[in-house]
Amino acid sequence: MQQLSWLPAHPDLSGAIGQAKRIDDPLPRLHEAARLATFQRDFTLTARLDKLVAAGIEQHTAAARLTPLRVALLSSHTVDHLLPAIRVAGLQRRLALSLHVAPYGMYRQALLADDPALNAFAPQLVLLALDAHDAPLQLPLQAGQAEVDAAVAERVDELRLLWRRARERYAAQVVQQTLVPVAPPLFGSYEALVPASPRAVIERLNAAIRAAAREDGVLLLDLVWHAAAYGDGLAEPVRWHQAKQLVSPTLAPLYGEHLARIAAATAGLSRKCLVLDLDNTLWGGVIGDDGIDGIQLGQGSPSGEAFLAFQRYAAQLARRGVILAVCSKNDLHVAEAAFAHPEMALKRSDIAAFVANWEDKAGNLRRIASMLDIGLDSLVFVDDNPAERDIVRRELPEVAVPELPDDVANYPARIAAAGYFEAVSFTSDDAERGRSYALNAERKAAQSQATDMDGYLRGLQMVLRVNRIGAAELARTTQLINKTNQFNLTTRRYTEAEVERMASNPQAIALALRLEDKFGDNGLISVVLARPDAALGADELLIDSWLMSCRVLGRQVEAAVLEVMAEAAAAAGWRALVGEYRPSERNGMVAEHYPRLGFEQRPTAANAPADASFWRYELASRASINHHIQVQA
Amino acid sequence: MNEREILQALTQVFHDVFDDDDIVLISETTADDIDGWDSQTHVLLIVAAEQRFGIKFRTAELESLKNVGHFAQLIQTKLGGR
Repeated sequence: MQQLSWLPAHPDLSGAIGQAKRIDDPLPRLHEAARLATFQRDFTLTARLDKLVAAGIEQHTAAARLTPLRVALLSSHTVDHLLPAIRVAGLQRRLALSLHVAPYGMYRQALLADDPALNAFAPQLVLLALDAHDAPLQLPLQAGQAEVDAAVAERVDELRLLWRRARERYAAQVVQQTLVPVAPPLFGSYEALVPASPRAVIERLNAAIRAAAREDGVLLLDLVWHAAAYGDGLAEPVRWHQAKQLVSPTLAPLYGEHLARIAAATAGLSRKCLVLDLDNTLWGGVIGDDGIDGIQLGQGSPSGEAFLAFQRYAAQLARRGVILAVCSKNDLHVAEAAFAHPEMALKRSDIAAFVANWEDKAGNLRRIASMLDIGLDSLVFVDDNPAERDIVRRELPEVAVPELPDDVANYPARIAAAGYFEAVSFTSDDAERGRSYALNAERKAAQSQATDMDGYLRGLQMVLRVNRIGAAELARTTQLINKTNQFNLTTRRYTEAEVERMASNPQAIALALRLEDKFGDNGLISVVLARPDAALGADELLIDSWLMSCRVLGRQVEAAVLEVMAEAAAAAGWRALVGEYRPSERNGMVAEHYPRLGFEQRPTAANAPADASFWRYELASRASINHHIQVQA
Repeated sequence: MNEREILQALTQVFHDVFDDDDIVLISETTADDIDGWDSQTHVLLIVAAEQRFGIKFRTAELESLKNVGHFAQLIQTKLGGR
């Protein structure tokens, strides 16, 4: 069976790896390995790619613009054969993963007995890779449901203790693998009707694990739900008896994908936007030639229904916060008019960026990224035409371009299998995101009508709602911290536990800010974390993180936020705020943020990187700040 | 496939798994002769060979592999006339 089916095939990957081995300079070798990792690869080729980067990745993480992340694998089954594939899947997502494996079967001891090796490693992400062989619940087959539930609850409590340890000791994000049933059924279809049958017990346990994970902010590596994709490669008896492998080596690339996706999502590296071609992708036929009555879409023909099903899938993705865009070779008015088709599941208003013209698609994808203020590496481009896919891959390697099956009926499953939009949370803001992009378009229109900027901003009737970060805001703020790249002064990434720890420091000022205007609620749009720092003066409060969604750029929100922060800091007796700017590849837009707000440059703190700059804002002598936003604390 | 062809294909499997094109296999080659041929890599070799030749080894057969010649012989038996 073909795994990683969304990746394009390389004509000779083995040869290309051999060539790459001869590149002496580790940095270009690393780049070449990352490029080759985006092709179809089996487990041996994947392991060879891993060897290609093994020497050099640590020293060149920064130069290669990779995000480093330390992941501990605590497992009840052998995972050593999966490590190369996990690292390569990480590399494909611009992650430099360092992996630590606790001795086989010692996951409890590693967490409970303060394993010095694990302490020294200081994981940021802890995977509990457990399986159904491990510590089976000892229940007689005739046990009733109540007895099963008690045993399940006890087991889940034990797991929650481990989760809590990992969070408290390392402030790590915990990922729990669900337990793949390994024993064949005893009763056939009757199995689930016997409460203590092996399958029924495991199902109950997984359900309880999922519910507990939801409560505790633990993420799932849901192998049980992925099991179909692994086919026979999951829990093959011979591999278990031979080497205690739950996942066959042949399926290592797929497992690596599943774990690296979660790791990437915690680091804010999931994709954000689905860019769709139109003709023969969203409907059958060519709108410019066939006209609105001639295209195949909707009930009445099998292929019309298949296109409709794909549209519905895209619309559903939009409901969960994926931004939709269109990139099509068409006349704009013809393409837009097609959305008046009565069977269209996607509405014109679902599309946040609509580009239809006769220019090349690579250029148009660049335009879409800049219209939406997101990076090219946030885009997924879906086009039925293999030639267009090929060109975009070559011109814009940052854009993900899935290989697609011949039949549009299989598009939704393929996009889902590729896992571009892995999430670490889901909030009502996500559900509203599509609407908020549409509203933004309206605001832009309003702006072009308003004769002066002040009049426009006043007319927006903006209200900034200020909340100290507490339990209610924790998931959303952490999500924003980890996905904001452009308006982000320091690009520090934090887990929920770390944010919680910082926010609960009584000396810190940790704020979640929401903005409403006459068009609606923009949701959570900005986060600031300010705290004392040993490297600064005792009367200075460091702005550790200041980030803002680009949706509200140019609306003086940052001025209002400074006002709020300055008032809070002055009231707490601080003499000055100190802003830090750490340049990244993506945050050039805030290079002048602090001087613009009236901060004066001060010497760089002792422990800071050389390219960081520090800025001081005197609280006693601060001038009044000009903006058109009503603040509600 | 004859014995020579099998040994040739098996050599390619070893090159891929060990990422080393300099490995030369003879019938008498054992795990002691190749750097990094441990129990972990052994599983990878088995699985890579299964993939390459389109065969499956039985659990019992995995214990009895003494050297490369024996490995090749077993593959030939499994391939039958193919």
